[in-house]
Amino acid sequence: MVMSSSLWTDNFHDFYVDREQERCIQCLVCVRQCPYEANVYREAAGVVDSVHKNCTGCHRCESLCPTRCITIRTNPSEFRPHANWQPREIKNIYKQARTGGVLLTSTGCELPYPNYFDRILIDACQVTNPSIDPLREPMELRTYIGRKPEKLEFERTETGEVRLKTEIAPQLKCEVPILFSAMSYGAVNLNFCEALAMTAKEVGTYWNTGEGGLHRKLYPYGDHTIVQCASGRFGVSKTYLGTSAAIEIKIGQGAKPGIGGHLPGEKVNRDISETRMIPVGSDAISPAPHHDIYSIEDLRQLIFALKEATDYEKPVFVKIAAVHNSAAIASGIARAGADAIVIDGFRGGTGATPLMIRDNVGIPIELAIAAVDDLLRAQGIRNEVSLIAAGGIRNSADVVKIIALGADAVYIGTAAKIAVGCTVCQRCYTGKCPWGITTNDPRLAKRLNVEIAAEQLTNLIHGWAHEIKEMMGLMGINAIESLRGNRERLRGVGLTDRELNILGIKHAGE
Amino acid sequence: MRYVIIGNSAAGVHAVEEIRKRDGEGEIVMFSREPYLAYSRPLITEFLFDGVPVRKMSYRDASFYRDNRVDLRLGVEVVEIDREKKEVLDSRGERTPYDKLLIATGGTPFVPPIKGGDRGGIFTMMTWDSAKAVKERLPKTKRAVVLGGGLIGMKTAEGIYEAGVPTTVVELAPQILGRILDRRGAEIFQDYLEKKGMEIITGDTVEEVVGESEVEAVRLRSGRVLECDLLIVAIGVVPNMDLAKKAGLQVNRGIVVNERMQTSDPDIYAAGDVAEAFDIVVKEKRVNAIWPVANRQGRIAGANMAGGEKVFTGEFPKNSLKLLGLEMISMGLVDSPDDSCQVITRDEGERYVYRKFIFKDGHVLGGIFVGEIDKAGIVTGMIKNGVRMNGNRERLLYGPPQLIYLDEEYREEKLTRPVVS
Amino acid sequence: MGCGLCLVACVVEHSKTKDILMAYKQETPRPTPRNVVEEGEEGACFSLQCRHCQEPDCVDACVNGALYIDNGVIKVNKDHCVACWMCVMACPYGCIYREEREGSWNSNKCDLCPGRDVPACVEICPNRALVYEER
Ligand SMILES: Cc1cc2nc3c(=O)[nH]c(=O)nc-3n(C[C@H](O)[C@H](O)[C@H](O)COP(=O)(O)OP(=O)(O)OC[C@H]3O[C@@H](n4cnc5c(N)ncnc54)[C@H](O)[C@@H]3O)c2cc1C
Repeated sequence: MVMSSSLWTDNFHDFYVDREQERCIQCLVCVRQCPYEANVYREAAGVVDSVHKNCTGCHRCESLCPTRCITIRTNPSEFRPHANWQPREIKNIYKQARTGGVLLTSTGCELPYPNYFDRILIDACQVTNPSIDPLREPMELRTYIGRKPEKLEFERTETGEVRLKTEIAPQLKCEVPILFSAMSYGAVNLNFCEALAMTAKEVGTYWNTGEGGLHRKLYPYGDHTIVQCASGRFGVSKTYLGTSAAIEIKIGQGAKPGIGGHLPGEKVNRDISETRMIPVGSDAISPAPHHDIYSIEDLRQLIFALKEATDYEKPVFVKIAAVHNSAAIASGIARAGADAIVIDGFRGGTGATPLMIRDNVGIPIELAIAAVDDLLRAQGIRNEVSLIAAGGIRNSADVVKIIALGADAVYIGTAAKIAVGCTVCQRCYTGKCPWGITTNDPRLAKRLNVEIAAEQLTNLIHGWAHEIKEMMGLMGINAIESLRGNRERLRGVGLTDRELNILGIKHAGE
Repeated sequence: MRYVIIGNSAAGVHAVEEIRKRDGEGEIVMFSREPYLAYSRPLITEFLFDGVPVRKMSYRDASFYRDNRVDLRLGVEVVEIDREKKEVLDSRGERTPYDKLLIATGGTPFVPPIKGGDRGGIFTMMTWDSAKAVKERLPKTKRAVVLGGGLIGMKTAEGIYEAGVPTTVVELAPQILGRILDRRGAEIFQDYLEKKGMEIITGDTVEEVVGESEVEAVRLRSGRVLECDLLIVAIGVVPNMDLAKKAGLQVNRGIVVNERMQTSDPDIYAAGDVAEAFDIVVKEKRVNAIWPVANRQGRIAGANMAGGEKVFTGEFPKNSLKLLGLEMISMGLVDSPDDSCQVITRDEGERYVYRKFIFKDGHVLGGIFVGEIDKAGIVTGMIKNGVRMNGNRERLLYGPPQLIYLDEEYREEKLTRPVVS
Repeated sequence: MGCGLCLVACVVEHSKTKDILMAYKQETPRPTPRNVVEEGEEGACFSLQCRHCQEPDCVDACVNGALYIDNGVIKVNKDHCVACWMCVMACPYGCIYREEREGSWNSNKCDLCPGRDVPACVEICPNRALVYEER
């Protein structure tokens, strides 16, 4: 791979650091805070200058500038308009012509594919069916994740008391139907993991280790931790599995369906190496498939191996990316003995993924959940698994809609990062996150104060929970259970019959 | 309870403060031979050329004595301590009983017998009065000689020189400022001062004062004759411990005290330039005749006299000096005592910048900052707290020292715990 | 995290106008911060200001009482200070600064922002790295 001169493309930068020099006091806060060196101090000239080409649009400098003299803008310089050859395409070609490499990016798909959440409206009660005031009436958000029995059987004991005869599979009790999705230690830092764990404990939900293992420091949060077992098996041990509330087998991820993962060796420091149980400095490579899973039967073996290792006390989840035949796969997973299926839509986030894959592979979570729920119901096995929807959930309305489409609960990842400062600059893969989230550089990681982050995350969950209760109230529903799969309360706008059909909802006006 | 304090300077003043923190009732009687409220002794040489306004020389004003209800007896000397009767006899023949006594009498310049030493125009520099006497004479002085190139000698030479009088320093040792600078540091200072126009002669001393009744010249050991009409003798200071000696208290080169500043008589304390207390760098008792130590010791004595519990954990030399604009700070040892020490230096003498640090077993024993002095106190703190500095020591040579160079443990301790000092 | 906003807050708080642009652009001499951000290797960094020791070495070293303790706060009377730098020599935190004002020098240090409930540096810190505690 030859690196050719970059000069001619350097000025075609994406962003532009607009600095009002009259307001700049040269305090150098921006210079100190930009990990990409987009703000520099020219000592000889005595001015703070911008290196636009380095700017990733993270807004860190703008947010901290005490005189508010910085505005980050998209570069106003334009190419000749062309519907096919958009600047994005042109610039990508330049990049590859220079490096010969794969284009890397982070977070979820950024292209304007139809967003079904934005084409679905929620129904409200008027006159004939009264709404419920959540401030006066109890509202139940508690959700249990896990396999539910087909029916309950009771028996009478010798003393004449009535007793439940049916054995109930292990359940995860979630006070809100919102869990934190898998973000591995290594991709994010320990501060962020700790903030997630603290929040999960505080609000009665769960966070997910991802495939990065569980740092010792977080063992005390085990009761609120979902531990992942991915194709690399990093950090998996009996203690790891035992220090959890649930176990998740990761087959796929929405941002990069069908491909593996790669944490470069430079990022594997001592702590990460200990947690992942690999040598310091060695690349952590997660193969694309699990090398021991080539069929539903193989998957079943792993599910039961994990259950066996944890005395059948913990629910086992299986996570897949939302793809064309998710429904059939989900049915297989349910039959393989999983307690919950996680489906990650194509807008799901990631720390690093090839751009082409992120933006061109997978399907929207809205369609996937609807299809999976439909098939499981049709096959009469919907009760055997819980469904967790992930990938691009942005607000409480998205939560309500996806639950009404058939999910039991949601995972949020990017929203959690945004709550602690992330501006979705999509440069997680550089390891230089200016907000101290997706970086293990101690200098940068320090920027994330665990206590503040946990407060912000807790606030976010509380806010969403409030809103969900409001929305349930206006639908006249007082328990989240009654919302699940309640597609009658949704209407589509501007959708084709085919889309409505898949989503299983009527069009607005019907 | 009656507290009697002999000496109204650094040590005495702080003893009063600490006594009053603990005892609002007791009587405090303070004697001073000098006729002034407490003033800053280190500033008397600035007075020679009005380097600082007189108001800034004040160390404590009248309200201090009023607020602390001090029975201040200015211009009165204590001539005897009667330990049997627990009273002191003063120069007016009055006896004052004490329950607790503090000797904070400081020191007196040592004046060796010199041939012709009875001529007029020979002064020392220890009190405001001595400075006033010198200042009065300056307008008719054509040339001054200062015998002794130590801290007091050099400051006096600066004062006289700044007042516009050509000045020559004569120092017996091969270098000036021997206590507070090493050879190289002194050389840099000497070069600086000579370029400014001060004359400095090392390795020589005054053997004879020549003149009818007043000084007209001095003859040096080398035979050289320096014409002058003012001679300052500043070759050293000896503790004022005659009172203690006569009273039978244990003395060595100063009055011997324990860590509570108590002398061999438990009701008598001593502090400041007169006391010999523990030095943590040389690890033995010695007189550290410097202002900060006098203050600290005064506090400790005062606290203990009033029933408190304060111990002196030891001190060491530390000095900040500015001569004709060149600044320096040094602390602890300035020369490596033996080969077991590691020495690092940065010598940019040509622009009057010099640094030197002495380490032993990972600890700093001493440091010199010439020219660039910012944050030098961090090194003082390292010596005081016996901090180990592992990492890259060379960093101390460049820029202001940083706390971050030190071990994290020490930093954490310093930055997160309540601080005494 | 080394952003240095505490330094800016200190300068503004101790400026004549208390206006950030005026303090930095118009006032001469520009007030200098009384705190510092130290940065080491491996990402260690912290903002440092006077710890207001109970038995301060700086006050004991001060030759003429320009440094004094007022209700637990160590203050410098700049009009009394003679710039002998005994405090610079003594402070184990390196938290006393030399300051030039209108051609003359004096020492300068944190005064815990009189008139404020919480010092300006603590208030501005975006990461709650600085905390203010009475001890
Ligand atoms: C010119 C000069 C410059 C100096 N510069 C520095 C410097 O830069 N840095 C530094 O750290 N130190 C400096 N010093 C030293 C510093 O001044 C002393 O360490 C300090 O003053 C000691 O304080 P003290 O209270 O122990 O005694 P002193 O200040 O000496 O006070 C003792 C007092 O007791 C009085 N007294 C003595 N005997 C009797 C008696 N029998 N009855 C009544 N009163 C009595 C004396 O007259 C005097 O007023 C300097 C000293 C001099 C003279």
